[in-house]
Amino acid sequence: MPDDEKLARERALADAHDKQVDPPPHRAVNRRSVRYVVGRLLGTPASILGTLLLIAFGAIALAAPLLAPCPPDQKITCQQHVYKVPRYGFTTQPEAPSAAHRFGLTPQRNDIYYGVIWGTRTAFKAGVTIIFLALVLGLTIGSIAAYYGGWIDEVLMRIVEIFQAFPYLLAALTLATVLRGGGGDWLEDLLGPNSIAPAIIPLVAFGWMGYARLVRADILSVKERDYVAASRALGAGDGRIILQHILPNSIFPVLVVASLDIGTVVQSFAALAFFGLGVPKGYADWGQMIASARNVIPTIGRDWYIVVYPGIALVLFSLAWNLIGDTVRDILDPRQSREG
Amino acid sequence: MTSYIIRRLLILPIILLGVTILIFAMLSQLSPGQRVAMYTREVASQENIARLIVQHGLDKPIYVQYFHWLSNVARGNLGFSKTGGEPVFDMFVRLFPATLELALLSTIPLIALGIWLGILAALNHNKWPDQILRVVSIIGTSMPLFVFALLLLMFFAARLRWFPPGDRLSLTNQALVDSAAWRAGWAPVTGMYTLDALLRGNVAVFLDALHHLVLPVTSLAALNCAVLLRVTRSSMLDTLRQDYIRTALSKGLSYRTVVRKHARPNALLPVVTVGGLMLVALLNGAAITETVYNLPGVGKRFVTAAVNLDVVTVLGFVLFEGVILIIGNLVVDILYATIDPRIRLG
Repeated sequence: MPDDEKLARERALADAHDKQVDPPPHRAVNRRSVRYVVGRLLGTPASILGTLLLIAFGAIALAAPLLAPCPPDQKITCQQHVYKVPRYGFTTQPEAPSAAHRFGLTPQRNDIYYGVIWGTRTAFKAGVTIIFLALVLGLTIGSIAAYYGGWIDEVLMRIVEIFQAFPYLLAALTLATVLRGGGGDWLEDLLGPNSIAPAIIPLVAFGWMGYARLVRADILSVKERDYVAASRALGAGDGRIILQHILPNSIFPVLVVASLDIGTVVQSFAALAFFGLGVPKGYADWGQMIASARNVIPTIGRDWYIVVYPGIALVLFSLAWNLIGDTVRDILDPRQSREG
Repeated sequence: MTSYIIRRLLILPIILLGVTILIFAMLSQLSPGQRVAMYTREVASQENIARLIVQHGLDKPIYVQYFHWLSNVARGNLGFSKTGGEPVFDMFVRLFPATLELALLSTIPLIALGIWLGILAALNHNKWPDQILRVVSIIGTSMPLFVFALLLLMFFAARLRWFPPGDRLSLTNQALVDSAAWRAGWAPVTGMYTLDALLRGNVAVFLDALHHLVLPVTSLAALNCAVLLRVTRSSMLDTLRQDYIRTALSKGLSYRTVVRKHARPNALLPVVTVGGLMLVALLNGAAITETVYNLPGVGKRFVTAAVNLDVVTVLGFVLFEGVILIIGNLVVDILYATIDPRIRLG
């Protein structure tokens, strides 16, 4: 019948028109799924290298007791506290690598191989602790500033600026000095002589500002989003909005950036150790071992192993985090998803 | 734009005040006896310590002490350094030229190379110059400065002996510079040996000073150059993707002209903000470089004081450097506001 035909033709035309106006949808890629992230992580040679390095370091850290066991005769060093590097003698002569000491001995006669292996644990411990504490501090301050706004926001942001007025390393050095030289060794008495807290506290105290600013900017932008307005229109209370919408969307990027700072902060930690205000003497830490080379700088050509072995460890550790960091930042930033 | 600058200038005293409060808070962690030792050369023994405490007002309430300390600072009295044997302020001024020389000589190659290589990498996106530069820059950002400085020292000074392993001048030249003959004449003594030698026409000292500065400057400049390279590269890549570049090209302008007139100026805008970070990196880096290469500057003195727990010197220096940093950042911000048309006209 002509009407049916006409109807069918109109419907066919309408369908064709619809297809032109609404092209078939993209297969939506969930950019936050684990599968996507892992896929990107193994996408470029750089990120594969970074991932492999990080896994290798993790394995070394876990297997430290197997790779570098503590010799039973080292009563005052590693038998007492496993992070105290074994000492072989009390002279101030470094020793070149040999069969007995694979990476040689520092001028304090500490075993470099032991220090490098167990230093991996220290690197992870220090890096994760510093970033975690800095995050807690930064997220708290940043969220309070963003949530309350007004003069609270102004005051808190001024405080952030004041802390940022100091060069990071020097400020950390200053606080480390004050903590030790100030009212006696109360910190050491509190935590014991083998604690690395005196090195961690200054780095946290001057390292939180970036995260505060980031989370504040994120929260401020999320607050304006449509889905928050929609939630409110539907009658959702403040608490629900904060917990379900604002926090997850603003904290996630900051967490990612923070986890990648672990590589950078380990460098600062090592620099503090290099100056002598980091970990206790004889502790298994890469920076500490390189620091012991300061006394033998005139003969550093011959005593290269003191710097090279821990130095390679430090560089590769930072490299791993940086390589992964580049990839993850690319994932988070949709603008860059099309370029190499 | 003026309102932006005015706002920054108004906030400046608040920030400076906040900095002093933070420093004073750290200073008050010291016992009164230690703080007395800060202001007097008298030995603070058991008998006169009580008298000295009262004399310097260290038993008064904390806000009174703060104002007392602040007025001292305003007059240039930052206390007496126990490790240096001289007032902190004088020590800083005396040691500053060495650090300034190092920083200035590092900044020039750092900025020039960093920007040039960054743009080069972006223009050759994903081709071999870009790949090499990316590898170099990522290794540069992964390497701590003190490791790099030590490696340079090890290789070029100890092994190859191309450069001296430390100090600012050879012994003979140092003796010359310290002598009265050097101070005579019309030319001022800046403390920067390269400049002083040039002003006196003494080529030998000039070259010697430069020779001693090659390794320190390379350490400091190279790693920061890697950072600048990455920032410039990604900024340039972002700019090249913009629509207005495509418009300019479609108008018929040559690629080179478009890069020169549109891409490069806009890409360099975010790089200016990195200038502030570079200043921080230079201050931090100077401490490390001077320690490794034994250059008698502010940084090395700071480290020595810190290791010897000379809190007074450390706090005095960090106050100085904080002020320098705040002013430097303000200059960078104002510069950025004047360059960026969006802020200037908006």
